[in-house]
Amino acid sequence: MNRIWRIIGQRLLLGVLTLFIISVVIFGATELLPGDLASQLLGQSATKETLDALREQLGLNLPAPIRYWNWLTGFLQGDFGTSMATKKPISELVGARLVNTLFLSLYAAALAVPISLTLGVLAALWRNSIFDRASNAVALTAISFPEFFVAYILILWLSQSGFFPSMVRITEATTTLNLLYMAFLPALALTLVVTAHMMRMTRAAIINVLASPYIEMSLLKGMSPMRVVLRHAVPNALAPIINVVAVNLAYLITGVVVVEVVFVYPGLGQLMIDAVTNRDIAVVQTIALLFASAYVLLNLIADVLSTITNPRLMHGR
Amino acid sequence: MTILLSVLIGLGLFFIIGYSARAGLRVTAPAQYKPTFRDMPLTASFGLTVIVFYIVIAIFAQAIAPFGEGEVMGHQFLPWGSPYYLGTDKLGRDMLTRVIYGARNTVGIAFATTALAFFLGSVLGIWAALGGGWIDQILSRFIDALMAIPELIFSLLLLTIFGTSVLTLILVIACVASTRIYRLARSVAQGIVVTDYIEAARLRGEGNWRLIWREILPNAMAPLVTEFGLRFCFVFLSISALSFLGLGIKPPTADWGSMVRENATLITFGDVTPLLPAGAIALLTVAVNFVVDWLLYRASGLKE
Repeated sequence: MNRIWRIIGQRLLLGVLTLFIISVVIFGATELLPGDLASQLLGQSATKETLDALREQLGLNLPAPIRYWNWLTGFLQGDFGTSMATKKPISELVGARLVNTLFLSLYAAALAVPISLTLGVLAALWRNSIFDRASNAVALTAISFPEFFVAYILILWLSQSGFFPSMVRITEATTTLNLLYMAFLPALALTLVVTAHMMRMTRAAIINVLASPYIEMSLLKGMSPMRVVLRHAVPNALAPIINVVAVNLAYLITGVVVVEVVFVYPGLGQLMIDAVTNRDIAVVQTIALLFASAYVLLNLIADVLSTITNPRLMHGR
Repeated sequence: MTILLSVLIGLGLFFIIGYSARAGLRVTAPAQYKPTFRDMPLTASFGLTVIVFYIVIAIFAQAIAPFGEGEVMGHQFLPWGSPYYLGTDKLGRDMLTRVIYGARNTVGIAFATTALAFFLGSVLGIWAALGGGWIDQILSRFIDALMAIPELIFSLLLLTIFGTSVLTLILVIACVASTRIYRLARSVAQGIVVTDYIEAARLRGEGNWRLIWREILPNAMAPLVTEFGLRFCFVFLSISALSFLGLGIKPPTADWGSMVRENATLITFGDVTPLLPAGAIALLTVAVNFVVDWLLYRASGLKE
């Protein structure tokens, strides 16, 4: 039991270290800007006095490490600074949108994970059959589609015929049920994009295990193939499956950007695209760090979970 | 109903093209390659045909396209009809012409980006494997940290800093994509570096650059070529996504991603025209994926 805690502790430390390096990279990237923010904000015609005054106000006259420290501690306390374009505090812009984006990702995950795991297990069970080959070809095709193509096909098909709305407008009065209905198309688009990959990897992981002698043994003693897969193959393929699910959920977090733009969904992705267009660096930094943290966190959880599912590590000698 | 019908037509075309391409290849191929093409799955022969088709269109775009790339022809959003076979876009430019030129611009830029990413990633990766020690450690840990940031988010961050133009787009995507290639090239090269013939080449006095270029790279080519296909798909999709978001290739250059964005309003009226460029992107990626899948299968089959 001791050993497992040590492994988890190591992973956590490594995760924190990765996040620290990422924050340094994201912060350091702004240092590459030609000139600084003050001269960008004021433009060509600024006098030296106004530039100095603005630098003083923004704290740009301090050396880089100190500015980094202020930025990071502010970030951890939920104070993300102010947006250059709108002059509003970033936490105000980000707050509600973060919740919306998380909702959409979770919604898509709730649809995608059960579907792809079931399909993956079935494809492994009936491998080399027509079902397996067809699902393999369809999955390859789906992986190759750009997100906006899938999204627009869904709009053309399900929204034109009046089943679902093609835009998401969230107001104070929107109930959860209503939101689930409105966000169905974006969630479905995201589901279609990630399902294929998850399904293929699940199938590969299970087939890998099916080659072991103990599977042959259980088949020989007369177990039904379904039972063999569910009782013997899946538990031993859990670690790679968990990893694939986590990688795809992490992909969902960034995949929302395009889908949000197509469906005019008020989430972080939309905000980030607007900020990139306006070159509003403070907002981009904040959202990039938020997305990257979620990404690292998910990978960390997957790491820990797949360690726990391995009995050899769980009950070490 | 129309969706079902178009899926059926698509499947029919897929089988016809797949079968005839395979039959054609089997007849025309030189004797020693014939077995390869005989066992080729339909998906792969279909993919090959599509890729060749795109290359032909990209090269002869000027000769095939009925009008000029940025020429404003008539009214906006004309329906499909005789002089403008796919109608016109929101500025009154011919859609068919723009789709054809898009093959040259979008695919060309994606190809150049992938090639650059490959050059960067594989040379750095092999160099790290060859050098070992602290060079390897520093480079690898640095690239690990970069890989921990989601690709799209990282490219958006870089595009904010360097501004959005075609050149920065190519450089940014190439840098982001090269991190993955670096990993692969390094792990492949590590297996090669310890072999005897590298030792012999070193003793002969070959320099690092020559070792990379003449000894290691040719032997690491097989896995790198399949990776090239996969990376091309990835780069192509991310460039299209960025163009779609308005941050990539800018008008008046004809580009599939931004064409979808420009004409997206038509979709709400039930018109499929804006989906054609998106479909063109999807078709090429599917084709490349099919061929890569076949190559991977062959590589794993030959090893046994």
